[in-house]
Amino acid sequence: MDIFNINPLQLHSFLCPGADTDAGRHADAYEMPANEGVNVLNRLHLSKETAAQAAIDDVLRDVERRLFVSPFGCCHVNLVASILKMCHSQSCGKCVPCRIGLSQLSNILDKILYGVSSMDDLKLLEKTAVSIYESADCAIGYGTADTVLRGLRNFRDDYVNHVNSGKCSPDEGGSVPCVNRCPAHVDIPGYIALVEAGRYADAVRLIRKDNPFPAACGLICEHPCETRCRRNILDVGLNIRGLKRFAVENSGSVPAHACAPRTGKRVAVAGGGPAGLSAAYFLALMGHDVRVYEKRKFLGGMLRYGIPSYRLPSESLQWDIDAILATGRIEVKTDADVGGDISIDSLRSEFDALFIAIGAHTEKRLGIEGENLRGVMSAVQLLRGLGSREMPDFHGKRVIVVGGGNVAMDAARSSVRLGADNVVIAYRRRQNDMTALPEEIEGAVADGCELMTMRAPLRIEGGGQDDLTALWVKPQLTGPVEYGRPKPLDADKPPERIPCDILILAVGQDIEAENFVKFGMKAKRNELQSGPDTGVEGMPGVFAGGDCATGPASAIRAIEAGKVAAANIDRYLGFDHKISVDIDIPAPRISNKRPWGRVNMQERGASERSGDFDLMEFGMSLEEAKQEAGRCLRCDKFGYGAFKGGRIAQW
Amino acid sequence: MVNLTIDTLPAAVPDGTSLLQAARGVGIEIPTLCYLEGINRIGACRVCVVEVEGLDRLVAACNTPAENGMKILTNSPRVRRCRKVNVDLLLSRHDCQCVVCVRSGSCGLQDLANDLGLYERVYKNETIRNEWDKTFPLHRNMSKCIQCMRCIQVCDNIQNLHVWDLINFGSHIDVDVSRNMRIHESPCSLCGQCITHCPVGALTARDDTERVYAALADPGITTVVQVAPAVRSAWAESLGLDMDKTSPGKMAAALRRIGFDYVFDTDFGADVTIMEEGMEFIERVIKTNEPAGLPMFTSCCPGWVRFLKSRYPDMVECLSSAKSPQQIFGAVAKTWFAGLRKIDPAKMFVVSVMPCVAKKHECALPGMDSTGAGSDVDVVLTTREFTRMLRSDHVNVKDLPDEPFDMPLGDASGAGVIFGATGGVMEAALRTVYCVVTGKKPPTADAFRKVRGMEGWKSAEFDIEGRAVRVAVASGLGNATALVEAIRKGEAQYDFVEVMACPGGCAGGGGQPIAPGREPAMERGERLFNLDAQAPVRYSHENAAVIRLYGEYLEKPLSHRAHELLHYDHHTWTMPHR
Repeated sequence: MDIFNINPLQLHSFLCPGADTDAGRHADAYEMPANEGVNVLNRLHLSKETAAQAAIDDVLRDVERRLFVSPFGCCHVNLVASILKMCHSQSCGKCVPCRIGLSQLSNILDKILYGVSSMDDLKLLEKTAVSIYESADCAIGYGTADTVLRGLRNFRDDYVNHVNSGKCSPDEGGSVPCVNRCPAHVDIPGYIALVEAGRYADAVRLIRKDNPFPAACGLICEHPCETRCRRNILDVGLNIRGLKRFAVENSGSVPAHACAPRTGKRVAVAGGGPAGLSAAYFLALMGHDVRVYEKRKFLGGMLRYGIPSYRLPSESLQWDIDAILATGRIEVKTDADVGGDISIDSLRSEFDALFIAIGAHTEKRLGIEGENLRGVMSAVQLLRGLGSREMPDFHGKRVIVVGGGNVAMDAARSSVRLGADNVVIAYRRRQNDMTALPEEIEGAVADGCELMTMRAPLRIEGGGQDDLTALWVKPQLTGPVEYGRPKPLDADKPPERIPCDILILAVGQDIEAENFVKFGMKAKRNELQSGPDTGVEGMPGVFAGGDCATGPASAIRAIEAGKVAAANIDRYLGFDHKISVDIDIPAPRISNKRPWGRVNMQERGASERSGDFDLMEFGMSLEEAKQEAGRCLRCDKFGYGAFKGGRIAQW
Repeated sequence: MVNLTIDTLPAAVPDGTSLLQAARGVGIEIPTLCYLEGINRIGACRVCVVEVEGLDRLVAACNTPAENGMKILTNSPRVRRCRKVNVDLLLSRHDCQCVVCVRSGSCGLQDLANDLGLYERVYKNETIRNEWDKTFPLHRNMSKCIQCMRCIQVCDNIQNLHVWDLINFGSHIDVDVSRNMRIHESPCSLCGQCITHCPVGALTARDDTERVYAALADPGITTVVQVAPAVRSAWAESLGLDMDKTSPGKMAAALRRIGFDYVFDTDFGADVTIMEEGMEFIERVIKTNEPAGLPMFTSCCPGWVRFLKSRYPDMVECLSSAKSPQQIFGAVAKTWFAGLRKIDPAKMFVVSVMPCVAKKHECALPGMDSTGAGSDVDVVLTTREFTRMLRSDHVNVKDLPDEPFDMPLGDASGAGVIFGATGGVMEAALRTVYCVVTGKKPPTADAFRKVRGMEGWKSAEFDIEGRAVRVAVASGLGNATALVEAIRKGEAQYDFVEVMACPGGCAGGGGQPIAPGREPAMERGERLFNLDAQAPVRYSHENAAVIRLYGEYLEKPLSHRAHELLHYDHHTWTMPHR
C-alpha cells in the first residue's frame, strides 16, 4: 500500500482495523453523500461531527499528551522544526508567507539540523520568520512565525552551536523522566516496583536514600514527577504520590540508614524545616555531627507551621522527623533564633560548616489603607498559629481571604474548619490564573468557600473601635498577557464593598534576611544569595538553600536544597562520602500495557471534612495500589534505561 | 527454575535467564545484531524479537527474562515480518556498498540480511556522511553505523573512557565522539576495542598497506618486518586455518611470500625489553628498598600509556622508561642489525605487524627515531591488514611450509612470546629479575604463573631473596582505572604493575582479526602460553641473540648506548587532559 497516495479514510481503516465497518460505511458516504440522506436541494444542514473529524481529534489529543511528555534536554531546534511542520499542516494555503514561508523555514531548519548550514542560514531563518510574522494574514501564519522567533531568541546558543559544530549541545538529562523531573531525584520506578512486590519497608528505605520525608511527601508533595510520566503517551501519568503514601502507610517502622564512621566534623544548620533537616540527615549519614537550630518550638518548618493538619497531620510529619533524628548524630536546639539570640559569627567560628535554611516565614503586605485594623491578619500568621495548636474561633464570622495561591486556599479552608459563617476568596485575576493547584481550588469550593475573582483589594474599612468592617475592592478587567498570564487592569466599574469580620491576606511570603545581610551575605528581594551548589560566594564553609534562597517554593525543592548542600558540605570538609542503599529492585514483568484508568485519591465528603482538621484524603486500598503500581512503564528498564541504566545507585 | 515452552520445545532455565539464552539451551538460535554477551544487552536493533503468547506486542529475546509458563514463538509470521522490516530499516540508513567494504565477510548486518532473504530494499536510503581526520589511526564512518551502541558500551563499561556517545536528539540522533569533541581532542586510547566489537564497517583502523607495497616495490630499499607475539595466535583465523595447529613458522613463510627481505620477530624486542625494564625495576624499586613508594608501571602498551597520560598525567613518572618491544626492535634493527649487514639505515624500511591500533600512533611519536634516519619503525600494520595483504596477494596459506625467522633478530625466548597475553610481561620480567637478584634460576620457569588469567585485576606477592615483591596485573582500562584508583587512595600497594589496555592483553587487541560474537582473547592467550611451554629457551636473558647484542653493541642493560636507543622520555608528548 502506498501510504502517501491513499484516501484518508482508507488510511483510517488501515490504522484502525477495528473500525472497519464504520469506516467502510463512511467511505461510501465520502463518494456518494446523497446516500446518507442529505437532500442537496435544501439550503442549510445541521453540522455533524464526522468519523474522520473524530479520528483527527483523537490524533490531536495524542499530540497534546505527547508534547507534554517531551523529555528534558530534547533538542529545541528539532522540536521547533517538528512543530513547524505540524503548524504548516494547518495552513489554508491562501497567503504566501504562510503557504510557502513556513515550508522554507522548515527547509532552513533541516539544513541546520543536518549540519550543513552557515550563519547566513540563521540570518535567513530570522529574516524570513520576521517577514512571515509581519505580513501573514491570520494567526496560523504569524503565530507559527512567532513560535520560531521565540525559539531563536530563547535558545540562540543552541542554534549557533548547531550551525558551528553541526551537532546539538550535549545533553545532561537522565533517562527516566519522573526521576529526572523530581528535584530530589528519588528512584521512583524503583519504589513503585517495590510497592508492587509488597516490599513497603524497602520502598521507604529506597525513598530515604534521596528524600528523608517520605511520609510528608506522600501527602503533600506537588509531584512534578507525574507531569512528564511517559504513561501520559498511553493514557495519563501515574499516581506517584499516592503510591508513596501507600508505601509509608504499610511499611511499619523503618529504621534509619546506618551512619558512616564519625568524621569529627561539626556542622550547624540554621532552620529545622525540610531543607535544614534533609541536610542534617544526609550529613549525619556521612558521619558528621550536626546541630540544628530551630527558631520555633517544634521542628518541621513550613511543613508544620504552613500546611494545615487536614492535609498533613503532625503525626505523619513526626514520623519522618523521628527517623531523621534516629540517626543519633543530630542535636536539636529549639526556640533558638540564629541571627537573634545566637550570633551567626559564633556559629561560623564554632562549627566546621554552616547551612542556612531559615525559610520564608514572614508575610508580604498589600500596602493599602486599613491593614493594621483589628481582624486583619496574614495567612502565614493564621497557619503558624494552627501549627502551634492555637485555634482561633471564627464562629459567626464572615471571612475574606485575599490571594489565589495554595496558601490562600489553606487559609480559606482552615477558616471554614474554624467555624466561619462564610468564607470568600477574593482574587484580582480569573480563576484559571490562580497559582493554586486546581484540586485545591475545587476542594476549597467544595468545602464551602466562595470565589470572587476579578476583584483587586482597594482599602480596608474599619468601624468604631478600630474593628474591621469591610473590604473595598476594585473590579478588574483581564488584560494583555505578561509573563505567561494576563495582567489585570482596573475595570470601568465602581468599587464594591464586601462586609467582613476577618480579613486574611495571602499575598506572598517574605524572608527575614536582615541579620544575615548584616553578617555579610548578599540578598536580592530578601532572598539570600547562594550558588547552584548552595555555597555562599566569598564565605567558604557557609551554605544557604531552601525557601530563604529561592523565595517560597515547594517542600521537594527544599529537600533538594538540603541534599545538594549536604553533598557539597561533605566535599568542603574534605570527604567524598556516597549515599547509597542496598536494595535489589524487582525486574519488570512483561505485560500488555493497555490504556488503563489512573487511580485518583479520594477524599472524605465535603460536609464531613470541613468540620474538623483531621486528614481529608483517603489512602489507596491494596487493590488500588497494586493496579496503579502495575501501570508503571518501568522506564528504568525499557528504552533508554535499558541502555544507559535507569538508576542513580549513589550520589 | 523457570519452565517455559519455546516453539513447542519445553525448556527449564534458572531464574533471570534471557529468552535468547533459554532458546539456545534447547538448540534454537534466535538471530541477533546489537546483542553482545556481557557487553550489550539493550534490545536496540529489535532483530531478536519473539512472540510471547498473550502479549499483543513482541519482546526482545536478548533482555527479556524467561517467566514461568511463557509460550514463546521465535519464527511466527509476526516475528518474521518485524525482523525483516527492522533489518530493512537498518539497511536504509546503511551505506550498503558491501563490495568495497573492509568488513565484507565479517559483517553482522550483511550476514543477517542474507540469512533473512532480503534481496531487495524497499525504503529510501538516507545515509549520513561525516567528516573525519583520516590521519588519525582510528576511523569512523557514520554512513555505515547502525547505532547498535556496542562501541559506546565497550568504551563506557569495559574501557571506562567514554569516548563515544549519542549526539543530537530524536530524529537526528547519532553515535559520535562524546561531548561534541573531535576525536583527537578525546581521551581515546586507540585500544581499538570499539573496532573489534563493531558489527559493521563503521569503525575501522587506518589502512597503511599502500605504504608497505610502495616500499616493497622499491629495489633500493631493504624491507624488514617484525611480527608481534600475539599475531601468531590469531593471524589466520579468518583464512580458515585452525590456529591451534598453525605454527609461527607458517606465519614467517607467509610474510616472506609477501616479499619482505627480512622476516624478524618482535619477541626478540620483547626479550630486550625485559633486559632493560627488568634492570630498571631492580634499580628503581628493589635496590631503593622503599616499600611505601609508587609502583613501576610497564610501558609496552601504547594504549595504556595514552590512557595514563590523559587520565593520570601526574603518574607518568611511574612508567618504565624502557621502550616497547616494537620500538626497541626498530631501534636495534636500524643500528646494530644495519651495521651487521652494512645497510644504510636511511634505506631500510621497518614494518611491524601488530595486534594493535595504538602502535600506529606509537611509531610516529616524536623521539622514536634513534638513528637519525627517520622513524625507527616506518609503518605499523594490524593483524587484519596483514591478513588482507595475504588475500590480496593470493597466498595459499594452507599449503605453506613452516619456515624459520631470519637471524639474529628472529631469535626469541618463550618469555618474549607471552608478552602477547595478559600477565605475560610481568611473568617474563620476574623470571629474569629473579635470576639477576638471586644469582640462580627459580625452581621452574612457571614459578610466576599466578598472574595469568582473564580476571580483570590480579595481584600476587613473590619472595625474591627475602624481599617480598608485590605485583599486580590488569587488562582492560576499566580494570586499570580501578587498580590505579586503589593505588592512589593507598588501598593497595605494589612494586610492579603491568597494564594492557585490551581485555586479555594483546591477544584480544584492537588490531586482531574480528571474531563476531566471540571473545577470543583467552583461547589466543592459551596458545601463546603453550608456545612458551614448548620453547627451548624460556628466559629473556638466555636468548643467544640478546646476549650477542649486549656483548657486541650495547655493553650491558641501562648502559649509555642502551639509554640512547632503548629508553624514552615520556614527557616528550602529552594527551588532552580533562
